[in-house]
Amino acid sequence: MNGPLHKEMLRITDLHAFYEESHILHGIDLTVGEGEVVTLLGRNGAGRTTILKSIMGLVGRRSGSITINGMEAIGMPTHRIARLGIGYCPEERGIFSSLTVEENLLLPQVVKAGGMSLAEIYGMFPNLQERRNSMGTRLSGGEQQMLAMARILRTGARLLLLDEITEGLAPVIVQTLGQLIGQLKGRGITIVLVEQNFHFAADLADRHYVIDRGVIADMIPRDELASNTEKLNQYLGV
Amino acid sequence: MELSFQTVMSQVMLGLNNGVFYAILSLGLAVIFGLLNIVNFVHGALYMLGAYVALLGYTMLGPLIGKPDFHLNYWAALIVAPLVVGLLGIGVERAMLRRLRKFDHLYGLLLTFGLALIIQGVFTNYFNVSGDAYDAKPEALEGAVNLGFMLFPKYRLWVIVISLLVCFGTWFVIERTKLGSYLRAGTENPELVKAFGVNVPLMITLTYGYGVALAAFAGVLAAPIYSVSPVMGSEMIITVFAVVVIGGMGSIMGSIITGLLLGMVEGFTKVVYAPASSTVIFLIMVVVLLVKPTGLFGRES
Repeated sequence: MNGPLHKEMLRITDLHAFYEESHILHGIDLTVGEGEVVTLLGRNGAGRTTILKSIMGLVGRRSGSITINGMEAIGMPTHRIARLGIGYCPEERGIFSSLTVEENLLLPQVVKAGGMSLAEIYGMFPNLQERRNSMGTRLSGGEQQMLAMARILRTGARLLLLDEITEGLAPVIVQTLGQLIGQLKGRGITIVLVEQNFHFAADLADRHYVIDRGVIADMIPRDELASNTEKLNQYLGV
Repeated sequence: MELSFQTVMSQVMLGLNNGVFYAILSLGLAVIFGLLNIVNFVHGALYMLGAYVALLGYTMLGPLIGKPDFHLNYWAALIVAPLVVGLLGIGVERAMLRRLRKFDHLYGLLLTFGLALIIQGVFTNYFNVSGDAYDAKPEALEGAVNLGFMLFPKYRLWVIVISLLVCFGTWFVIERTKLGSYLRAGTENPELVKAFGVNVPLMITLTYGYGVALAAFAGVLAAPIYSVSPVMGSEMIITVFAVVVIGGMGSIMGSIITGLLLGMVEGFTKVVYAPASSTVIFLIMVVVLLVKPTGLFGRES
């Protein structure tokens, strides 16, 4: 499931990113094909979240090249990058406390045709329908995570950037999220996943990029995962 | 001293009349503070500017464009002044405030304070500091209405009604509509709203424009009641900032309610002990700051 078979969805070339004075990413190169699920593995602080934020234009300064579907996005303002068809789920979930559940769901702009309708989303997440008039942050942690995922499914985004979506959630919810990502993959949606939960990632992803201190340390395809367990453990410090 | 129902009510109604100005101005400040994180010190000067657009539109615009018989009437001024000042605000946001977004919001306060001094200074140079009367009050709003307990000037009643409509209309749009949900979300986490494909910089510009347009609208409403003078804004804005502090910065409904209530408290104080009426708001501000520093409606953060 990789290589030239896929149309290229995301290509990052020599990406450097900075927060204030600190240089976080030191020349990242990676590509993700259409319909692929790719994870970014690494220790905390290795720069995985920064890669996602750089794609969205949410870091202070960045250089290099980021193309989405062949379009150069490095100079674009954030809202235009999103409109190239990207759905972003931030690490802190970003549920708005002054918005109801439904307002949270309707906030992200529809960027492409073919997103799910509100009815489909409620069919998938009955809890959210029940609580659609509650304020967003009144939901439990798991429900908030579902909401954070659900609201980018409406937009028709074809590339999802998901940051630590399983963090702090009960196993049963993690399982639901795993199924959801399987379904999205079935629809041909491209997913870049930052994950701490390696088992979760291992089941879902076609390829794994290992990030270490702001550079790509390794790339491991799914079928070479078993033979690389020891190396991976070393990278991740498990 | 005897407090008859009539005396109290008539002062409270006049207080409410002041209160709607506090409400409309502190509402604009709250909306601007929420999204731009700027204490808009130029608000008072733009209120004054709104009144001058009405005044000069009536007295000087005609001769200026070579049609001495042309007078911008009151109703037109209610539309034109907010538009003119709103566009000016949009220009100020684009050219100046935008550049300060990366810095501490103290810089925005200093910049807008400077603008207020410049605008007021220029107007003081050309116009009468003790004020000019605005004579274009529409005939339909002349006279008084019998409210049962008092005869109340029709114009002041109109000001109360239209201001309440504008205030609660603004509240409704922000709290109950889709457009408002963008605004609330942008107040909470603008970066993420951008990442959801919303053009936040444009939203900020338009919000600033709307906030200052409200100030100009209030200025036109004030023109027939108070005399139009270069210092009318700076006098008003001091009280309005006290209202904002009491209500809590950033709360929409809080700023409206606080504005109305404090106007009425001021009116009531006039009956009980008139000399204190101009200081009572500041007294309340001190107490509120001591007891609840985030203001009555402010959220703890």
